[in-house]
Parts: sequence; C-alpha cells; structure tokens
Amino acid sequence: MKFKTMASLLGAAAVAGGMLVSGAASAEDKIGFVYVGPVGDHGWTYRHDIGRQAVVKALGDKVKTTYVESVKEGPDSERVIRQMAASGHKIIFTTSFGFMNPTLKVAKQFPNVKFEHATGYKRADNVSTYSGRFYEGRYVVGKIAGKMTKSNIIGYVGSFPIPEVVRGINAVALAARSVNPDVQIKVTWVNTWYDPGKEGDAAKALIDQGADIILQHTDSPAPLQVAESRGVWAVGQASDMNHFAPKAQLTAIIDNWDKYYVERAKAALDGSWKSMDTWAGLKAGMVELAEFNKAIPADVVKLASDTKAGIMDGSIHPFAGPFNKQDGTPAVAAGKNLEDGVLLGMDWYVEGVLGKLPK
Amino acid sequence: MVYITPILALTLTILTGMLLFSFLGVDPVEALRNFFIVPINNQYGATELLVKATPLILCAIGLSVGFRANVWNIGAEGQLTVGAIFGGALFVYFPETESVFMLPAMILLGAIGGALWAAIPAFLKTRFNANEILTSLMLVYVATLLLSLLVHGPFRDPDGYNFPESKIFTDSATMPILLEGTRLHFGSIIALLAVLTTWIMLAKTLIGFQVKVIGTAPKAGAYAGFSQKKIIWFSLLFGGAMAGLAGISEVSGPVGQLLPSISPGYGFTAIIVAFLGRLHPVGIIFAGLLMALTYLGGETAQINLGMPVAVTGVFQGMVLFYLLACDVFVNYRFQLNRFGKAA
Amino acid sequence: MNGFEWVVPVILTVITAATPLVFAGIGELVTEKAGVLNLGIEGMMLAGAVTAFVTATLTGNYILAVAAGALAGMFMAFLFGVLTLSLMANQVATGLALTLFGIGISALIGQDFVGEPVKALEKLNIAGLTDLPVIGPILFGQDALVYLSFFVVFAVSWFLFKTKAGLILRAVGDSHDAAHSIGYSVIGIRYLAVLFGGAMSGIGGAYLSLAYTPMWAENMTAGRGWIALALIVFATWKPGLVLVGAYMFGGITILQLHAQAAGLDLPSQVLSMLPYIATIVVLVIISKDESRIRKHAPACIGKIFHPAA
Repeated sequence: MKFKTMASLLGAAAVAGGMLVSGAASAEDKIGFVYVGPVGDHGWTYRHDIGRQAVVKALGDKVKTTYVESVKEGPDSERVIRQMAASGHKIIFTTSFGFMNPTLKVAKQFPNVKFEHATGYKRADNVSTYSGRFYEGRYVVGKIAGKMTKSNIIGYVGSFPIPEVVRGINAVALAARSVNPDVQIKVTWVNTWYDPGKEGDAAKALIDQGADIILQHTDSPAPLQVAESRGVWAVGQASDMNHFAPKAQLTAIIDNWDKYYVERAKAALDGSWKSMDTWAGLKAGMVELAEFNKAIPADVVKLASDTKAGIMDGSIHPFAGPFNKQDGTPAVAAGKNLEDGVLLGMDWYVEGVLGKLPK
Repeated sequence: MVYITPILALTLTILTGMLLFSFLGVDPVEALRNFFIVPINNQYGATELLVKATPLILCAIGLSVGFRANVWNIGAEGQLTVGAIFGGALFVYFPETESVFMLPAMILLGAIGGALWAAIPAFLKTRFNANEILTSLMLVYVATLLLSLLVHGPFRDPDGYNFPESKIFTDSATMPILLEGTRLHFGSIIALLAVLTTWIMLAKTLIGFQVKVIGTAPKAGAYAGFSQKKIIWFSLLFGGAMAGLAGISEVSGPVGQLLPSISPGYGFTAIIVAFLGRLHPVGIIFAGLLMALTYLGGETAQINLGMPVAVTGVFQGMVLFYLLACDVFVNYRFQLNRFGKAA
Repeated sequence: MNGFEWVVPVILTVITAATPLVFAGIGELVTEKAGVLNLGIEGMMLAGAVTAFVTATLTGNYILAVAAGALAGMFMAFLFGVLTLSLMANQVATGLALTLFGIGISALIGQDFVGEPVKALEKLNIAGLTDLPVIGPILFGQDALVYLSFFVVFAVSWFLFKTKAGLILRAVGDSHDAAHSIGYSVIGIRYLAVLFGGAMSGIGGAYLSLAYTPMWAENMTAGRGWIALALIVFATWKPGLVLVGAYMFGGITILQLHAQAAGLDLPSQVLSMLPYIATIVVLVIISKDESRIRKHAPACIGKIFHPAA
C-alpha cells in the first residue's frame, strides 16, 4: 500500500505513515493489473493484489507494477486497459470475467502487449486465460462438511447463478453425499458479490432453516462471523478468514495467484510468453486450503487430506461418474469424468441440491 | 459574475488539490496534470471524454426538465436499464437481421422502454399521489434485478458457456463509429440532438413554458390553467425516454452487448450533472464533460501515479464541492437583481 | 412452540437488518423537517462506520467508538451545511457529491483496517429475563444501539410534535420566510437539524461496522443510505412510520432469503425484487389521502433560503 492512512485527518488516530513511490517514469518494465473491486475487499481483488505484490517481490527493481481498482465492467474497463496498453505496459492482467470482451478488443489494437484474462474463455495470440479449479477445493470441503454436519443440511450463500458458482455447489453436494447420502444443500442467492449485511442475513436465514454448515461464494467474511456467533461451522472464501471466525472456520479455499503471476510476468519480460489457457487447481497451488480447524476429528482430517492428495495425483476427479442431475437423469456414466467443456458451462444442479436455477 | 464562478472554482480546486496531494506525498503539479490534462491531451483521450460524457448528458438533459418542474425523478438509472433491455431485446430475438432499420428500431425501443419505466411513477403519482422520489428509486433496483434475470436466463448467448451475457451485437445493431480508430459513436450525436431539442422546447414551445411556470410559480401556473398532472406525465416520460436512449446508446455503443451491469451509476451521477449545469442545456453539456473528465482523470492518476481509487474519489468530491459552493456568487447576483427590481 | 421455532430468530435477524435504516432514516427525517434535503446519507454512514470501527479497534471502548462515529457523521454533515446553508449550493447535487467524497475518504481512513475483525457490540443479558421464551431474546437480548434506535424515534417524535423547539424546527421547514420574519435564525436551526442528521447517520454506520457485521470493508453500506432516504418518503415524514418502514423493508428482505432457502420455486432475482415492490405498493395504499401527506411533508424542502430576501 503506497498511501498510508489519513486517519489523523478526522482525529481518529495517528497511524505511522508510509512513503510512496514518485510518479517519475523510469526505464523499468511496467506490468498492469485491472481490478473489479477495491483492493480492500478482503476477497477476490485483495487476493489478486497479493499476487501483484508477489511479482514486485520476485522481480524487484526490474519492474514497476500499476493497478486500477474498482474498474466497472463495460466501457470503463476497455478505456483503462487501453490506457495501460498505450502507456508502455508489457503485460496486463485483467481480473474479472466481465473484462473479457474489452480485453480482446484492446488486444487486437496492441499486438505487442501481452494480456492475461482471468476466468474467461476467449483467447487470442496475445491473450491468455487463466482461472482456478476452485471446485477441487470445494470438493474437499464437501467431504469435511458431509462428515461434520449433524442436521444433514448444508447452507450455501451464492452470489449469482453463473457456472463458476454452480460448479462449486455441485462439487460440495457430490462430495458431501459420497460420505453421507442424507445431506441436502440449501442455496440462497443474494444477487451481489459483495454486501456484508446481506450475506450475513442470508447465512442467518440458512442457519434458521437447519443448516449447521455455512459455505459461501460471495466476497465478505460476514457469513463466517454469523456462523461463529451462532455456533455452527463455516468455510472461508478467497482468503484465510480464520481471524474472523477462529472457532467456526473449518478451513478456507484460498485463491493463490502468486506463482502464476510471477511466471507469466517473467515470461513476458524474457520473451518466452505464449498464449495459453491455464485452469489450475490444488496441484499447481492456484487453489489452496487453509489449515484445518483443530476441532475436526482425526479421521475426517485424514479423509480430507486423502481426498486432496487424490485430486492432486489425479486419482480422484470431483465430477467422476456415475451421478445424476437434480431431476434424476444421469449426468455422466460410471467410469467417466465430466468433461471440462461441460464443467465450464454448468447450469444445472446435481442430486441433493434444493431449489431451482433460473433459466 | 456567472463567468467568474468556474474560474474561481478551478483556482480553489488547484490550491486545495495541491495541499491534499502534497500531504499525501505526491508531486501536486504532476497529480493535477494527470487529473485534468493527460487524459485529454491526445485525440483518443478527447474522444473518450465524449464517450464517457454521452450517457451522463443524455440522462441529465432528461432529468433537468423534470427538476425544473419540481418533478423529482431520481430513478434515471432504472429507466436507462429498461431502455437497454428493450432495445437490446430486439437484437437478442432477431440476431440474424441485417436490415438498416435494425439500429433505428433499437434506438426507438430504447426510448420507449425508458419512457414506459418512467410511466410507472407518473401513473402512481397522478393517480395515487405516490411520491415519485420513492417509486422511481425503488424501480431502479427492480430494473437492475430484471436485467440480471434476463441475462442469466433467456437473453444469454447460447454459445457463451452459460455466462451471463448476450451475444455480441452485430454491425447492423451497433452504433456507427464517428471517428475511425476511436470509440466515438453515434450516441454522442443523439445526445447533442437531445440537448438542442430540449433547448428549443424550453425556449420556444408552450409545454416548455408550462414546465418553467409550474416549477417556479405553481400557483401562477394553476391560474393560467396549466395542468399539473400533464406536466408530471410529460417530464417523467421525457426524462425516461432520454435515460432509455442513454441505455441503448451504451449497450449498442461501447458495451456492445447486454451484461448484468451496463452502467456504473450514470443515472445517479447525472443528477449532479443536471444541477452542476444549472438545469440549462448548455450548462449540462459542460457539466457532463467536466464530470466525465474527473472520472478519466481518476483512472489516469491511478495508472500513472499509483494513486489509490480512494484518493481520486476524495478529490472528485472536492472538485464538486467547489463548483457547487461557487453558486453563492450566482445566487447573490440574483439577490442583487431582485433588490434592483424591487427598488 | 411447535412449528414456530423459526419466528424468534427471524425477528432477531430483522432487528439487526432494520436498525441501521432506522438511525439513518430518523436523522434524515429531522433534517428534512427543517427543510433541507441531504442525499449524502450513504457518505455520512460510511464515515461513521469507518471511524467507529477504527476507534473500537484502537481503544476497545465502544461508547467512545459510537460517539466517534456520530462525530464523523456530523463532520460530514457540517461540510454539507457549510456548502448548502452558508454558501447556498444546490442541496441535491451537494448531497450526492458528499456521498462520492464519503466513499473515498472512508476508504482512505480504513485501508489499514481491512480484514481486521472486532468484537461485536455486547448484547444485553439479564439473568431470568433474557432467558424467557420468545419475548426474552427479543425484548431483553439486544445490543444498546437497538434500544437507542427506539428511544431516538420516540424522542424525535416527542420533540417535533410536543415541544416548542420542535414547532420552530417544523416552521422553518414549512415556511422559512415566515419563520425568518418572526425572528428565528433559519440558517442556525437548519445547521442543527443537518448536524443531527449527520450524527444519526454516523451511528447507523457505526451499527454496521460494530454490530451488524463487525468489520470494516470499503463501501460496506451497499446502498442502505438510499433505502433510508426512501423510507422517509414512505413514512410521509412521520417518525413512528420510519420505524415501521424499516422493519417492514428489513422483514421482507429476510423473508425472501428464507423463501429461497426453503426452496421456493421462483428465480432469486424475482424474490429479491419483493422488498422494493412491496414498498411501492404500501406507499400507493397510504398515499391516497393527499391532504394528510401535505400536512406532514415540509413545504420548503430542498429550497435555498436567502436571508436577505
């Protein structure tokens, strides 16, 4: 953080002020990041900024990183991306799905600049895509949840019914029911990525309807806080949220972009960069699990660790057949795994998830 | 005096800005340069200013008519959204059409959609006396959720892996680009025409006269036999249509498809623009450009100086404070005039 | 209690969802009653939220934290007052600019406090009373700010309609020229009303960051200031109805979340629309009697007062 607080302005408190870099241009290479939220969201954008800091750490004085926060998807993002491309950035990371088409458009105009778009599916000679297989982490979480639940109801706070979120819900359902066939998943959609109050209220509603484990695919730690105060379990999202819920957090699914960002930045600088699609999970370390809660019994920890190891060595696939869709029709036959193409566009629930997806 | 106002505001902004940036340890001259000059010191930047200002001006010009008549439509954001839905729906259902009438039809539908959404507060106000501040605001949330519902369901691109966005609009459904190599599009012409039309309407037509009279002297308006209800209907429908045009010119302009979020709050920011421009058509053009510049400047300062978005937000608020505070001179001038007349 | 166990937790959830709206709403109501329209509620709430959070983190003293939140809200309101009352800037635009400013400055102050939890505001616990079934946790198990919110609503109601000072404040809002000619300081009274509004929004913000979701996150109000604004219109400028409106709005929001969790077969977006549509419908029903609203709506709202006139 280049600017330290101005808390003293309101007389609240004096906090040691940090120094900041000067705006003077130098010969170093520039690497750009476009964020959809503020770096202070403690969720999605926060983790991407940690990745940016890893680049700074790894490449030091050779590079200068710049970022723009809270960029709205749509025309604003295209302007920001273009401005970065036009001002000598070697490589630009655009970190939200909604930046996909703007990134492609700008990339066409700047063939010598490399672009990295997170969570999209369109590529070009100078546009790579990358995303995490977060569902792998969620599958491990599902095993723990299936064992830990007493009410057999898992509550899930969803943001928007997009494939990414649906995939996570299904992974949890499959895993939980593989160890406890009576488990059901109740989902509430809050229709926002980020509204602490509403996310917390959704968690409360789920708990009041019998859920004793709260999972979330929204950005704030509010659902964990609710779980903590209501004495049920929860799982952190995007970053380790343990200090928000030291008793309740079973584990957390952590997005870790550090390694990828450093690799790709280096590649762009030394000329070895090539357009590619990266969809990496636990094995590559792009998805991590926070330390397991001490309260989890040893056999469950072992089950979780084995599952994680299995996914990493390829012996376990979260979407391995046979299993059924919510309506009872078979989704994939025994001995087969659901293909990536189907996973990417998943818009149906598996058995055990309650409620209906909007069509 | 009215011409000195912006200059004074500018001077004060520069002075305080220098203090703020020095306090934060940024070179103040460099910071101000990045805010106000760098974003528009080339052709592309200048066109971007117009691109960003277009929806602001369109929404603000529509709102200004209502504000003049004391009709408090604060739901332009919702009307913009519904305009985009209506216009965009035509493409979603007829994506293959290459007719030259495609775009004009979409634009027309956009205006109709916005007007229809604004007709709800108008109806509730004239029929049930329901305050339009509340109804128009609540309908913003409803419109946003409606768009979300549509792009997550029926409107989404069948080849888009079920991501919530429509197909990308084809050329026949896209606003023509005015200047090759930039994003300056036909929507800016629409905005300009809207401003001219409004200006003429306010200055030359009976309805424009009625709007002004009802706003400044409702009793006089009543004596003259002007219908309050008619003015409410007119200003809401007009404001809604303008916001709807803003919506369709965004989605078939720089956005190029329907997305869950198509506007970063243009409908709300336009309220500031309307008043900053003193509800005058020409003033609104300048205010829209200035407001757009503060956004562009914020982005530039973030890229070039590593300034966090929080600082750019504080600075933007400050600029607005000064511009608004300088109204004091305008108001005092009116005072003097009043005394002059009274004497 | 069979089959109705869910009622108590739902009511408890509604209370926390409604309380920030009650504070912000009642403060803005007083401001508007004095004839001033301040659309910067969101900005004042954010300033209150971050200041209260920072104070609580640094001192651990929650009374001080809430007071600091109120002061921060007042500071923002004071800025608004200087601009609109002394410099006669347009109230609508200034309020919106205040929100932009508030989002920025709160993010700036809070940036070193993101991701830090704070202990939630203590809830009342009276042995014997709080343990009573149903009414125990609802009546005797709340935090201090919830009780304060009710107290403020009744106090404001009493002040506005039972005291001379309240009468003067309403007079200033209904006809500033008349109030001025009788010799009241229109500007002075409006300053006080604006500052009160700021303090209440600040406490509403403090409730968010100390009790509702005890943390600081940028822009954590997520539009609640706008809802508070709508609630005053909904309440036709009557304090008691602000309370009713906030609880109705909060209640429907919570119920739609429950409906989803229960697997109701409707798209979540449609369910999420319910609180907004319901607010419109209820407003339409209660708005029929035009004269009643006229009686309560301040006539001079948003109009600039020129002392010289």
